[in-house]
Amino acid sequence: MAKYLAKRIFYLILTLFIVITVTFFLMKLLPGTPLTNQAKLSKSQIALIYQQYGLDKPVWQQYLLYLAGAVKGNFGTSFQFSDQPVSYLLSSRIGPSLQIGLQAMILGVIVGIIIGALGAMRQNTWVDTTTTVVSILGISIPSFVLAVLLQYYLGLKLGWFPIAEWGGFIYTVLPTLALGATPLAESARFVRTEMVDVLSSDYIELAKAKGLSRMGVIYHHALRNSLIPLITIVGPLAVNIMTGSMVVENIFSIPGIGEQFVKSVLTNDYPTIMGLTIIYSFMLCVVLLITDILYGIVDPRIRITGKAN
Amino acid sequence: MADTVKLPEDSFKPITADDRAALDSEKIAAPSLTFTQDAWRRLKKNRGAWISLIILGIIFIMAFGSLFFSPHNPNAVNPSYANLPSKIPGVNINGFNGTLVQAGERVDAYKQAGASSLHYIMGTDYLGRDLFSRVLYGTRISLIIALVATLFDLTIGVTYGLFSGWKGGRVDTIMQRIIEIILSIPNLVVIVLLILILKPGMTSIIIAIALTSWVNMARLVRAQTLEIKEQEYVLAARTLGESSLKIAFKHLLPNLSSVIIINTMFTIPSAIFFEATLSYIGIGISSPQASLGTLLNDGQKNFQFLPYQMWWPALILCIIMLAFNLLGDGLRDAFDPRTKE
Repeated sequence: MAKYLAKRIFYLILTLFIVITVTFFLMKLLPGTPLTNQAKLSKSQIALIYQQYGLDKPVWQQYLLYLAGAVKGNFGTSFQFSDQPVSYLLSSRIGPSLQIGLQAMILGVIVGIIIGALGAMRQNTWVDTTTTVVSILGISIPSFVLAVLLQYYLGLKLGWFPIAEWGGFIYTVLPTLALGATPLAESARFVRTEMVDVLSSDYIELAKAKGLSRMGVIYHHALRNSLIPLITIVGPLAVNIMTGSMVVENIFSIPGIGEQFVKSVLTNDYPTIMGLTIIYSFMLCVVLLITDILYGIVDPRIRITGKAN
Repeated sequence: MADTVKLPEDSFKPITADDRAALDSEKIAAPSLTFTQDAWRRLKKNRGAWISLIILGIIFIMAFGSLFFSPHNPNAVNPSYANLPSKIPGVNINGFNGTLVQAGERVDAYKQAGASSLHYIMGTDYLGRDLFSRVLYGTRISLIIALVATLFDLTIGVTYGLFSGWKGGRVDTIMQRIIEIILSIPNLVVIVLLILILKPGMTSIIIAIALTSWVNMARLVRAQTLEIKEQEYVLAARTLGESSLKIAFKHLLPNLSSVIIINTMFTIPSAIFFEATLSYIGIGISSPQASLGTLLNDGQKNFQFLPYQMWWPALILCIIMLAFNLLGDGLRDAFDPRTKE
């Protein structure tokens, strides 16, 4: 286990190193200069600004400096907000994004499990049909369309929730719903398929023959075994939420990193874009690592031994 | 016990060829089907998938047909007819009859604009452009982006997966590591970075989506290739001295086709989704070009007062996504012989 963990962490670091390198050189490839009014500036002024941002050094030195900074969590200074270090800008914004992302994930997966399990238990009835319809709709409706509709109907028309503000829990309800729809649909579909499989297996027959109650069979045998593979889709769901958050945070004016990413893209704030790319990759890598380890712990059949099968 | 069963004499006559032909139990009632025919038959049985296929067909024909027969020019600006709600001739339901609620009263917007004789099925946008034509135009752009991106995805993804799976060993390990690295950056982030470098526009969106979406295809194809290459017929082909390339085309690809087709059905909607998201954020297609994403973005600005401007593109986008997803599900079931009927 320790060996496996060490190997995985090594790969995580390698991946992040490659991500940093590739984004750094991609950003160097970008056309144009970071100066908005180059024509109006004198040579010495330009030189001064370049020196301030460390742009006067050769590219390889800039790269090494950036790499050294990134290890310490220092991603340079934002172009857009000239006095703010990127790390400061982002650290104040990561909280709301994490909160909404986690809420959406938890809500989506839990409700998804319930809906999926109900569908499998009442296979080929109206309950099952509803499950299928909910999951296919959830996958097909883009989160930003859902976000606007929720904002308008639940926020503006009915006035149940604030429309676009950031504050306490009540402000997170609509974004969470908008972001949670896809994880909900995906996990409902996944759980249903898994559970239909599990319900037709021999040990379920045995459990029934033993005289276990229906709920006992479902809870102790069927549900547990169908939930284990659900861990494998947590990674893709995390990607989905990160992607969705960029638009949803914009729609609900949430001061999160998704909103910042879009803003930075629109204002060519390269250091912030780079910092965010690294943060997104880091989060995803960690999620993937955790789910892999969890999977090994939960399912003894694939216990990680470090040996390849 | 001692009873003997009396059987009539003629039970022991050998049957003639004619008799045998007349025996029902020997007949094969159904014509024998190839794998494709069988899959097609199963797909037709799946109502959702079948309807989706028809709807997609109609959307394709309308979107590409609008190149030649468009009700209006999608880019023709006509400020005096701006923001007219949708009006379908012969339908007198509020919302589809050209009326609007203004200051608490329902008024005929077409009369106000002096265009009583005209009708715009989906209404007009803030510049007076026919929304129906623009939706058709936007759908076409979205579909083109998705299809071209999928084409790249097919070529890059299938080749990568085939190569990795076929070679195996160290090459496979390295190629899988590369995929893992790509997978550890959210797709949209990569796409945005690529678009920044390539300058926003249709070509860069296609390239960006194509460069990121092949990964899934490559993984699936690799997994299948690993399985298929152990089969006897591949061994036989190798023994007979077939070249690797020929084996790939003659033996591997045909057996991979169902996986490839199914995955394509899920790549297309995700490409459409990415394009819509990018255009919605504002770094995708730029005006006067339109895609479903830009139309949604435009419509959303006026959603409170002119909800139809967002409803129509949203509806079409959702229908396309839904149809592709249902068709993909149907194809997956159709190609899987284990599916219960």
